[in-house]
Amino acid sequence: MALIKAQDISKDYKTEDVVVHALQDVDFEIEPASFVSFVGPSGSGKTTILNLIGCLDKPTAGNLRIADTEVVGLGRKESAAFRGKHLGFIFQDFNLIPVLTVYENIEYPLIMVQNIAPQERKERISRLLAAVDMTDQAHKYPHQISGGQKQRVAVARALVTNPALVLADEPTANLDSHTAYAVIGLMKKMRDDFGTTFIFSTHDTKIVGEAEVIFRLEDGRLIAKEKGGTKP
Amino acid sequence: MINLFKIAIRNLIRYKRRTLLTASLITIGVVFVLVFVSITGSFKAMMIGQITDSMLGHLQIHRKGYVASIDNLPLNLNMKPKAYTKIETLLAATPEVEAFSPRLKFGGMFSNFTETTNIRLNGVYPEKEFQTVPLLTSRISEGKKVLNRGEIMIPTLLAKGLKVKLGDTVVIVATNADGSVNGKQFIVSGILESATGPGGRDGYVHIEDAAEILRMSEAEISEVAIRLKDFSSLPAAVRQLENKAAGDVDKEGRPMFEVHSWEQLSPFFNIARMIDVMTFFIKIMLIAIVLISIMNVMIMAVYERIREIGTIAAIGTLPGKIRSMFIIEGLCLGVVGAIIGDFIGIAVVVIINMIGIHFDFAQQKGMLLTATLQPADLLTISVIVIVVAVAASLQPAIKASKMEPIEALRHV
Repeated sequence: MALIKAQDISKDYKTEDVVVHALQDVDFEIEPASFVSFVGPSGSGKTTILNLIGCLDKPTAGNLRIADTEVVGLGRKESAAFRGKHLGFIFQDFNLIPVLTVYENIEYPLIMVQNIAPQERKERISRLLAAVDMTDQAHKYPHQISGGQKQRVAVARALVTNPALVLADEPTANLDSHTAYAVIGLMKKMRDDFGTTFIFSTHDTKIVGEAEVIFRLEDGRLIAKEKGGTKP
Repeated sequence: MINLFKIAIRNLIRYKRRTLLTASLITIGVVFVLVFVSITGSFKAMMIGQITDSMLGHLQIHRKGYVASIDNLPLNLNMKPKAYTKIETLLAATPEVEAFSPRLKFGGMFSNFTETTNIRLNGVYPEKEFQTVPLLTSRISEGKKVLNRGEIMIPTLLAKGLKVKLGDTVVIVATNADGSVNGKQFIVSGILESATGPGGRDGYVHIEDAAEILRMSEAEISEVAIRLKDFSSLPAAVRQLENKAAGDVDKEGRPMFEVHSWEQLSPFFNIARMIDVMTFFIKIMLIAIVLISIMNVMIMAVYERIREIGTIAAIGTLPGKIRSMFIIEGLCLGVVGAIIGDFIGIAVVVIINMIGIHFDFAQQKGMLLTATLQPADLLTISVIVIVVAVAASLQPAIKASKMEPIEALRHV
């Protein structure tokens, strides 16, 4: 059964007298534990579709079902609770909380969102720190580590709540190519280790090839679904 | 909750200079208010003490209508002995009353055989009077601290004006209730410093001498001054005595007695009220300082952390928790400012008392002001600061919690 099922999704933005059709009648399905990329030029609707899947925005029309939940009708609080339970996020600018250490940044969703017991928190964080190879940096603050390390921390933070789905909007945009490949490789490894579905957007043609399923967007329309080449 | 505090404190430390400035501003405000409250409160307490303990007593009971004509010292509005007995019984049965003193007040002529002037006199039972207004003895600048029959205590201004000394013989002439005039010789046994307020420049004679001059077979009573065991129970005591005295009515069914607290008898109550009003406005200023400074810092904090708010909202932090994070930051600022302000305020009050502030209050010269801080003052001001700090954080916190994560994440 599909983890995500989108039917006739459209999203319009109104700016004064102009209506921008950011997405038009988009249909797709994404299976659990897949490694998916939405690609396309700027303005094609990549971020919009990730925002809709991430329950950060609502479609103007259409149905969107994620993890057996129809998310279009969720209210503000329900959306937040749904995100906290089922979704993880990796941001282009890492978006770590500057006053918290690496360890505390990963711990944050477990305390503030899921209210996990201390012992289990410790176990999960230790496991993820080891998985993203940041154990020895755990006590450092975000300003004390590199961009690549920050994104590894962000990956760990996204995974710590055991989400069904991790969304990453241009996760490699602020990284050099070597680090970008390393981060994508880490994400894929996490998918393999934890069975989490990863969806990322990118316009980097080299990175796109790392995805197993590629959805191509153009002017708000889904124009192709392709198979990537590196599924193990 | 502990983690919310941890994050809030870290965020405050993150902007050290701003946090320090805001906390300092609150601290200065708290110190200023505490010092003001301690000095004015102590001044007010001393002033009230001087007025009540030197002359007035904490409250007084008169025959109905007497106070309205008190400047004339009307003999026809005195309580008859039978009526006073009722009051005496009532007061003896009131546990809040520490002491009471019946007075027979009258106006007369004071003569040293060469010069004559007006004088207002209180006929009193000396022991009762000294118990009811204990500072009266400290007003005796010359002479003994007792008053026997045939003796008179006169105010210092009168003694100086008429060049009367201790041991001199003087004559008091007074008009009686029936209009006739009577006189009596007295020995000056004491000279009194003036007290501030009504009756502060009156002389004293024994009540039986007063009755003799006024040709009363038994002393009538103009007023009964009352001292309470606990001054703070004054309003309750007034109500209680009013209720008890209300049962005594005249032939027309009107109340026979009226009860007045010192506040109703002395114009200095208005000064006490003014001190209260000033204290109130100083507290309002403190509230404004805390409100503006914390609101300012929290608005800045929200504005600077919009992307951060977007991030924590996106990963599933509920709006209530985001709101709590910012409210706790304001709370922490308020608590820190209040606690430091309390300690510094106490230290300043101690220093003020070590230095010693002297002031003159009417005729009383060189009174030493002992600034005191009541635990209730510390608690009240701290609670005000903390509550206002939380209130000031509410608007920015609500704004943060209502931010759409998608818009917050886009913020540059």
